[in-house]
Amino acid sequence: MIWLTWRQFRAQTVVAAGALALLAVALAVTGSQLVHLYDTTVATCQAHHDCQIAIGAFESEDTFLQDLIPVVMLVAPALIGIFWGAPLIAHELETGTQRLAWTQSVSRLRWLAVKLSLAGLVSMATAGLLSLMVTWWSSPFDRLGMNRLDPTIFSERGIVPVGYAAFAFALGVTAGMLIRRTVPAMAGTLAVFAAVVAGFALRVRFHLIPPLHLTAPLNMSWVTQTGSFGRPGHSALLVGISPNLPGAWVNSAQVTTAAGRTSLGPALPACGPNFTYSACTAAIARLHLRQVIVYQPGSRFWALQWYETAIYLALALALAGFCVWWVRRRVS
Amino acid sequence: MIEFHLDARSGVAPYLQLIHQVRQYLRLGLLCEGDQLPTVKDVVGQLAINPNTVLKAYRELEYEGLVAARPGVGTFVTRTLADGSLAALAPLRRELQRWIGKARRTGLDDESIEALFLTTFRSATEGEEDIA
Amino acid sequence: MTAVLRAEGLGKRYRRRWALSDCTVDIPAGQVVGLVGPNGAGKTTLLHLAVGLLQPTAGTIEVLGDRPAASPAQLARVGFVAQDTPTYSGLSVADHLRLGAHLNPGWDARTATDRIERLGLDLRQRAGKLSGGQRAQLALTLALAKKPVLLILDEPVASLDPLARREFLQSLLEAVVDQGLSVVLSSHLVADLERACDYLIVLIGSRVQIAGEVDHLLDTHHLLTGPRRDPARIPEDLQVISASHTDRQTTLTVRTEGPIHDPAWTVSKIGLEDLVLAYMSRTADAARRPALEVQR
Repeated sequence: MIWLTWRQFRAQTVVAAGALALLAVALAVTGSQLVHLYDTTVATCQAHHDCQIAIGAFESEDTFLQDLIPVVMLVAPALIGIFWGAPLIAHELETGTQRLAWTQSVSRLRWLAVKLSLAGLVSMATAGLLSLMVTWWSSPFDRLGMNRLDPTIFSERGIVPVGYAAFAFALGVTAGMLIRRTVPAMAGTLAVFAAVVAGFALRVRFHLIPPLHLTAPLNMSWVTQTGSFGRPGHSALLVGISPNLPGAWVNSAQVTTAAGRTSLGPALPACGPNFTYSACTAAIARLHLRQVIVYQPGSRFWALQWYETAIYLALALALAGFCVWWVRRRVS
Repeated sequence: MIEFHLDARSGVAPYLQLIHQVRQYLRLGLLCEGDQLPTVKDVVGQLAINPNTVLKAYRELEYEGLVAARPGVGTFVTRTLADGSLAALAPLRRELQRWIGKARRTGLDDESIEALFLTTFRSATEGEEDIA
Repeated sequence: MTAVLRAEGLGKRYRRRWALSDCTVDIPAGQVVGLVGPNGAGKTTLLHLAVGLLQPTAGTIEVLGDRPAASPAQLARVGFVAQDTPTYSGLSVADHLRLGAHLNPGWDARTATDRIERLGLDLRQRAGKLSGGQRAQLALTLALAKKPVLLILDEPVASLDPLARREFLQSLLEAVVDQGLSVVLSSHLVADLERACDYLIVLIGSRVQIAGEVDHLLDTHHLLTGPRRDPARIPEDLQVISASHTDRQTTLTVRTEGPIHDPAWTVSKIGLEDLVLAYMSRTADAARRPALEVQR
């Protein structure tokens, strides 16, 4: 059974290995150059007082790869699901070869279990290697940007790609088994995978660990916007802030009164038509406003990575279990 | 080694056809005492018929005492039906030629003679089988 | 003799249609069994139930004393060649043999390679490039080399030309002699089955119409021709399978264990194909009758 799985999976493995090797070479060459450049220019820029220039120059290096890598990382798990997962059962059902495979001397359970495990492990290993290379290559940029928790960057680093690949693969196999045709199963897998990953990143990830709440007197240097809203004569004060918490992922940043109310009172004339910076600032300061920031600190990067990966792996296992149950009972 | 052939349209059971052919070969001297009949596998491979059909035919021949099965070796002829040589058939052949001459003199053409002979022969054979 | 396949009240339903209903058969061992019937009669359904590709909706089925596909050991004892002989088109002939060797503990590599050599197949040829007859022979090799006790074939020769068909049957029957197999073979071509089978099951309209040894079936079914008789006046003791009347003549296909004494009838033997056709017309008539009653 192991031999058969390998023989049927051979082409996909070779393609993946080739693509990985190609990327590895590109990243290895440019990555070591980047590290060298970083250590010589950006790391010492404080001493040379040319940080802006040094950083600017660094960030314009290898822009092709900088643009390509997010696309690769975004697309790779989906491709694994579509090209490795969806055809696994669907192709057999479409061509009728299950009538040959399931009448040899192996049980259907063993047939599916071996295929799922081997192809699933290869999927996870591919995603893992890819993520390893990309995380290493991007580390100088990440050190500069300090934004690893940013939703798009978080999905491309660390171990979550392994979880995505496992989930996409299991999803593909399930879709292929239920839909029984390869091409519609590919489409279905892509749609569901994209929806789940996007929905999770936007809605669920932030709440994996109870976020931190920062309640403090308003930091004037964080204020980005002052003004009013509402009808003339009944207008209310509007103050917006953009917190500067390096590495953190801010979900909400609100300005409240000293008592904690979000409506800040009537608009301030000093911040209105007769706006001057000092007068407005002074007027706001007199209100003793507070800021309430809900955020995840950058130090929680790995914790969040583990939780998310665990959830996706659990989903993948659940789907795999469902496939095994279904294939033995229902499929002909 | 002799070869069998099967007429699927004759209406005669396959195993009977095999028996008839063995008897025919014995009479014509194509099979002699001690000759081996084709193995079941050979017959089956050539005619694509059921092995049990061949076994049935061979068993029937053995029951009639014409052949004997030697386990592990094959089936061999034990007795011939040929009375000496083809010369014994000469009187029968002469009588047949006379009959054909008679039929022609009555005015029958070749096709009618053949049809008359075949229908008479068939009904006679079937009559034999019903009695048997 | 033990039965290789035993079904009781077996039925399979897809949504609203019963593909097979109330099927009760007892197939003896050591024989070549033919399963004959028109397309859509349920032959493939019955065979798929026998090898565990389908689960029954009603009734039970037992193959070699066990539930189909109950265990790897049971799977090893049954060889199956599906309709249109599916093979992996991307895998070579040699790969298929390796597949057989890896997936079947009872695999006899000698039998497999000998057969392939005798058939003249190129080991490196991909299965997708083989002709229909060659693919069928490859599928048969895979099923035979695992040394099964029972071999089940679903219309293996339906899409083959006459020569390939004859060669396949010759090959199959030689293997039956070599390995002492029991075979269940389905076809809608009666002529093929007539030579090869010694037991026949007639499946029409998802039901078993008749089953038995071929010799017995041919002995107990007769064609009766005689002067025109009113359908109501045909004697009760004759089980009429099909009847056709012209203004002068009545022709009946009947089934009876004993001899027919009525001198008015001319009794003649019936061939297997005509026997099956008689049952098919009986099923067609039965299907039409309810509609007529409704019209009244």
